[in-house]
This record gives sequence, C-alpha cells and structure tokens, in this order.
Amino acid sequence: MLSRRIIPCLDVRDGKLTKGVKFKGNVDIGDPVETARLYYEQGADEIVFYDITASSEGRGIFLDVVERVASQIFIPFSVGGGINSVADMRAVLLAGAEKCSVNSGAVKNPDIISEGAAAFGAQCVVLGMDVKRVEKSDKIPSGFEVVIHGGRKYTGMDALEWAKTGESLGAGEICLNSIDADGTKDGYDLELTRLVSKSVRIPVIASGGAGNPQHMADAFTKGKASAALIASIVHYGEYTIRQIKEHISAQGVRMRMVW
Amino acid sequence: MLAILDYKAGNQTSVRRALDHLGIENQITADPGVLAAADGIIFPGVGAAGQAMDELTSGGLDEELKSLIWQEKPLLGICVGCQILLDYCEENNTRTLAIIPGECRLFNPAWNEEDGTPIRVPHMGWNRVALKKSCVLFKDIPIEAEFYFVHSYYPAPKQDFIIGETRYGEDFCSVHGRMGLWAVQFHPEKSGAPGLKLLNNFHDYCLEVRNA
Repeated sequence: MLSRRIIPCLDVRDGKLTKGVKFKGNVDIGDPVETARLYYEQGADEIVFYDITASSEGRGIFLDVVERVASQIFIPFSVGGGINSVADMRAVLLAGAEKCSVNSGAVKNPDIISEGAAAFGAQCVVLGMDVKRVEKSDKIPSGFEVVIHGGRKYTGMDALEWAKTGESLGAGEICLNSIDADGTKDGYDLELTRLVSKSVRIPVIASGGAGNPQHMADAFTKGKASAALIASIVHYGEYTIRQIKEHISAQGVRMRMVW
Repeated sequence: MLAILDYKAGNQTSVRRALDHLGIENQITADPGVLAAADGIIFPGVGAAGQAMDELTSGGLDEELKSLIWQEKPLLGICVGCQILLDYCEENNTRTLAIIPGECRLFNPAWNEEDGTPIRVPHMGWNRVALKKSCVLFKDIPIEAEFYFVHSYYPAPKQDFIIGETRYGEDFCSVHGRMGLWAVQFHPEKSGAPGLKLLNNFHDYCLEVRNA
C-alpha cells in the first residue's frame, strides 16, 4: 500500500520564496533552497516549486534554485509555472527536478502533455488544474470550471472532462487546485477532490485550503486524494510536517513516518 | 570509486548528486577501463526497458557488464537497471540481459489496494520493503523505512533470487539478486535518509571486497 503524501509547495519569484493568499499580495518570506531542505529534514514526501517569475532573467535564477535544491534534497520534487513547451520541461528536468507541472500551457496546447510524456515518461508530467465552482450547465455539467491566469480567466472547460482528457493524453498525475478554497484555510474542496479522484486512475493531489492537519486527513479519507499540497500552514510554522503526519496517521491513514 | 554506468537511459546525475552528498568518489562513465578499475558499479535506468537495452547493446555495454559481473565486480541495479538484469520484460516484448533468471511483468490493474480501491498504475510513491532474507544493503535501515518507487512493470525473478518484497495490491519483488549483485526497483537516490544509507552500505561492501 502506498503511503499518502504530504507535499509542501513553495512559490518562488526571482529566486526568492513568496506565499500569496488567493494569488494576490505576495510577500517575500525566505530562501527556497533553505526552506526545501528544512521540509526535507522534517519529513516532506515531495516538494513542489512554483515559479511565478515573469522575466527571462528571473527564469535563469529559478533554474539555478532548482539545481541547488537537487544537490541538497534527496526526495522527488516537481516544478511548475511558466512551462509552455517540451523545451521548458527539459530545462527543469535537466536541472534536477523529477516532474514538471503544466497548467495554462496545457490548456492552450494540450499536446504538450502527450509530447512531454513521450519524451520523458508519463511519471514526469503533472497536469496542474486551477478550478472554480460555477453554475452547473450543459457546458460545465460538473459545476467545476477550469480557470487560468490565477483564476482571472475562465476557459469554458469542465474540470472533470479536462482531468480525463489529461489522463488520456498521458499525464502521470493531477494537481487539483481549488481557487475558491485557496488561501481560506477552511479545508480542501472535498467534493471536487472526490469527483476527480474517482474519475481518473492516476494519482490526484488535493490543493488549496489546508488550514489544519484534519483537512489533510479529510482529503485522503473523504476526498480519496493520493497526496495533499500544503503551504502557509507550514510556511508560518503553525505545524511541523511531523505533527501533521502524526495526526493523520492516528486515523489509520498510512503515512511515511521514518525518514 | 564507484562507477555510474553512462548510457542514454539512465538518471546518472541524480545518482551522482546523492553519492557526492555522501562524500563517495564517483564517475559517470562507459569506459571499460574505468569500469574495471572501479570498486563497484551502479547501473541506473529510467524509461522503457526496450530503449534501455538498445542503448546498452549498441555500445557493446551489455557484454561489458556481463563480463564484469562474471569477475564478481559488485553491482547495484536501480529501477530499469534492476529490471533488465532479468531475462525478459513484457514491456514491448523485450529480451533483456539474462543475468538473473526471471522476467518483468506489467502491474495488473485489477489488483486492489487494502481499502478495496483498484491500484493506480504506475506504482508511484513511497512504499516499504519486507526482507525475505538478510541483505547487507539494508544494514541499519529500520524496517518501517519507505522508499520511492515509480514504475509500471515489476521484477519477477526466480524464487531463489528474491531478497525483498513490496505490497501493492499483491506482493511483488522489489529487491533481487545475490551477494555482490543487487537490484532494487525503487530509487535509493530519491528515498531520503534510508536510500542514502543503502547507497552507503553498497559502497562499504565494495570497499570490503576491494580490501579483502
């Protein structure tokens, strides 16, 4: 049986760590390499870096961060943000990342998923999805719509359909982020998480809304997620990863407890 | 010095980073002279078994590896490097190195996890290894330790060669081989402290053989 995974997510801008709330008003809170090492030592099962840099100069700094992380932490880590081509994927994988996450790049050009999977293997390609609740309609029968640009732009795509399409194109995993829940600390959108987890056979990472360890336990038991993404709950020192894992493990959910 | 076998289907750099971190001298190489001079060889692998075999055979590295193993050079196969030590892999019906008797099979998607849900393939994430016999690679590694796996095919060697098993729907062999010739399906270079310990144990064994 696989252990459920706890995955801290680090937002990086110009090589520095930030954490935004609802993607607005980001404040710098530290060095991503040092923070990654801390989470590695604390028992993180994987780490996600999300590059929110706009400039190409910042992109170079980011790749340098990826390389430094790879030489210091010995668990898998993935990289997302600004990945729009197989060449972008290759750059982060060569820098030492295990996986790369495509999000709006895949909405604009779904072939990037199949091309990436063919070039590097499905396990390297994570489909990142930002999702918002909307009125159920013929076009969006699930009531969950895929959005891009941090939730500012609606795509007209049903989240459930997009998840299945992503799986059939060769994505190895789905990182499912609820824009409604993101930054609220009220818990993951369990309905969304369960819907998507039950309709694909690839692992689903729940994202957005974690405020306490019980939220993560719920994402596993009720949402059927394989992994849970966390950010501010650990970035601001409210809980250590060990405390989180002990809480979840006590409910019979298997966690990796030795590291 | 440990040699990391250089061919196009490997994750040589992540193995190198782990060895560098451990302070173990290492070299990524396909040079027969360097391989012969090394205290041990790490044989990594990612991707498909067929492609990995093509890369090996086109450079004559398959014969080189076999000859080094005959000379009892310690070797550690990782992931696809673990699978292609066997005779055959179901992935694209590939004949593999035939160094250890057995074959490599696709996970059966009809298998269920303990909670009754069907297994997801690839088997990707952290899982345990139950040792079927003692193995110096696992010296001082706690039995609850977990290792990072990413694979859709699993090794099924002849019973005598099974060293450790992992449960994913059903038990499959995740460590096989014999003294001095080991193969692990997981990625020790990505398995945190227990994985680094395993690499260190392999290096210790290589030094013992050299100094014997």
